[in-house]
Amino acid sequence: MESYLNIDHVSIDFPTANGPFRALDNVNIQINKGEFVSIIGHSGCGKSTVMNIVGGLYQATEGGVILQGKEVNEPGPDRAIVFQNHALFPWLTCYQNVELAVKSVFGKTRNRQQIRDWTLHNLELVHMTHAKDKLPAEISGGMKQRIGIARALAMEPKVLLMDEPFGALDALTRAHLQDSLMEIQADLNNTVIMITHDVDEAVLLSDKIVMMTNGPAASIGEILQVDLPRPRQRLDLADNADYNHYRSEVIKFLHQRHARKAA
Amino acid sequence: MNDKLIYFLEITGLNWFVPLAKIAGGEPAGFQFQQLVKMIGLPLIAMLAFLFFWHFGAAKVDTSLGQLPGPVQVWEQVKVLNEEHQAERQRETDFYQRQEQRNANKLAKNPDAEIKVRDFNGRPTFIDQIWTSLFTVFVGFLLASLIAIPIGIVSGLSQNLYNAINPLIQIFKPVSPLAWLPIVTMVVSAVYVSADPMFSKSFITSAITVMLCSLWPTLINTAVGVSSIDRDLLNVGKVLRLGYFTTVWKIVVPSSIPMIFTGLRISLGIGWMVLIAAEMLAQNPGLGKFVWDEFQNGSSNSLSRIMVAVLAIGLIGFALDRIMLTLQKFFSYDKTANIR
Ligand SMILES: Nc1ncnc2c1ncn2[C@@H]1O[C@H](COP(=O)(O)OP(=O)(O)OP(=O)(O)O)[C@@H](O)[C@H]1O
Ligand SMILES: [Mg+2]
Repeated sequence: MESYLNIDHVSIDFPTANGPFRALDNVNIQINKGEFVSIIGHSGCGKSTVMNIVGGLYQATEGGVILQGKEVNEPGPDRAIVFQNHALFPWLTCYQNVELAVKSVFGKTRNRQQIRDWTLHNLELVHMTHAKDKLPAEISGGMKQRIGIARALAMEPKVLLMDEPFGALDALTRAHLQDSLMEIQADLNNTVIMITHDVDEAVLLSDKIVMMTNGPAASIGEILQVDLPRPRQRLDLADNADYNHYRSEVIKFLHQRHARKAA
Repeated sequence: MNDKLIYFLEITGLNWFVPLAKIAGGEPAGFQFQQLVKMIGLPLIAMLAFLFFWHFGAAKVDTSLGQLPGPVQVWEQVKVLNEEHQAERQRETDFYQRQEQRNANKLAKNPDAEIKVRDFNGRPTFIDQIWTSLFTVFVGFLLASLIAIPIGIVSGLSQNLYNAINPLIQIFKPVSPLAWLPIVTMVVSAVYVSADPMFSKSFITSAITVMLCSLWPTLINTAVGVSSIDRDLLNVGKVLRLGYFTTVWKIVVPSSIPMIFTGLRISLGIGWMVLIAAEMLAQNPGLGKFVWDEFQNGSSNSLSRIMVAVLAIGLIGFALDRIMLTLQKFFSYDKTANIR
């Protein structure tokens, strides 16, 4: 059966002064509907590049991305992006930030009341209703990221793309947001691709962990299926043998087997 | 209420009064008093020292037009110039009254009589010249902004376009207004021909010269501001599939407003300086012409009157800058930024 999202033999060359630089080589990932996929790998291996190709911000040199049977090669709200540095418009309040997205995507199909309700609903989903009239500069980093997630979810994307969404946050805030994200995921059952550096985060959240080899010409090293039952509780998992097994698999990959498999 | 007042004072750059407002609002007077001394006391001391040196220094300089005027003589001329202005206004109202009277009489004798309505053309006073200059600089600056901001935005968004026009900008930017002036004068005389011109040629010439010199700071600052927009913000726009104009209006303009205004402020400052020089050189009405006429006139009061003009030019320049600063603070999303 054709998978929901198919990253099909994607390679990309960046033009540089010394000729083309092959950042990704033959990256192949199949993702099912409702699946939560993490991409993990060493810094600079090309994780963001994969995401930017799926998001349509970069064009693959070879291969392509197929979503629900159709090739996608430009950005669009069906592949909403949560940026590492939230990328909220600093001159708009939290509400207006989300509203702008809702208006752009649903402005033609929904009336004013529906737009308003949907905006508020998404703010509620990330528990940010209380700060809806604040400017981004007036709320904490974790809160900004929540608004960024609300904005992305409000587009009702087919795939939610997150590039190290919690990378800039402290451990405690990060844990809170991970829990929120799991809750939302249980509710909405989105298809998610998340980039992370954090092994625990990857195992805790994912159904599938994609481990990338080092660049240049990075590719997929291994794909790990995480079959832990949901809902997952971080405290219970600390002593869970399966959890620790998955964890050590990822760590071993990152520290021993990250090099490209001999062809 | 008090918070609003303080916000108003801060945003308009009237920081001097903030401590007073805070004392009135019941904040500890001791600290606010220190602030007051710092903000009002120190500038006051500097001002007094300046007046002191001016007063005694000027007394030692003898020119062909007599002694260099000190603050006292200059203040005298401020009053004289104001009186002249009032007198001229009086003459104007009298003139129109007489004319009306005359015409009314004529019509009373013969209802079909042809009546003449003529405009008063008295000599423009100092204050008239100030208004002329202000209007000219405003028009020139407005034209410059209307051209520079859109070009700045478009070239900030497109690296290729920026590379294309950058050499032109760099070449024209340092050109002195005095070099432009003859060309502008000739072009305006050649192109602006109409039987019943809405604006005088001299006005157009001055305004265009101002425009040519105040284009560049706005253009460059806008382009730099636009090209340094956070890429992620533009990417959000792409994900939302915003069109070109929506992107410009919703993302590009708001995020580069601070830089645009920095450019506008510099432009207006340059425009004001350029205008005075252009008016002097081209004998176009305005403060520059006033200065030049006084210089040619060479009476014993001329130097004092020129100094009044110098001070007026400075104060107006300062006020224009404050107005721009206030607008900048008002339109910037980041109210906490320390804009000077
Ligand atoms: N626009 C570009 N032009 C040229 N080279 C690029 C471009 N974008 C990325 N690269 C190169 O591609 C490689 C992968 O970059 P990428 O940003 O995808 O890494 P990453 O895995 O996301 O790293 P990090 O974990 O630090 O975010 C790097 O060597 C980078 O220099
Ligand atoms: Mg990255």
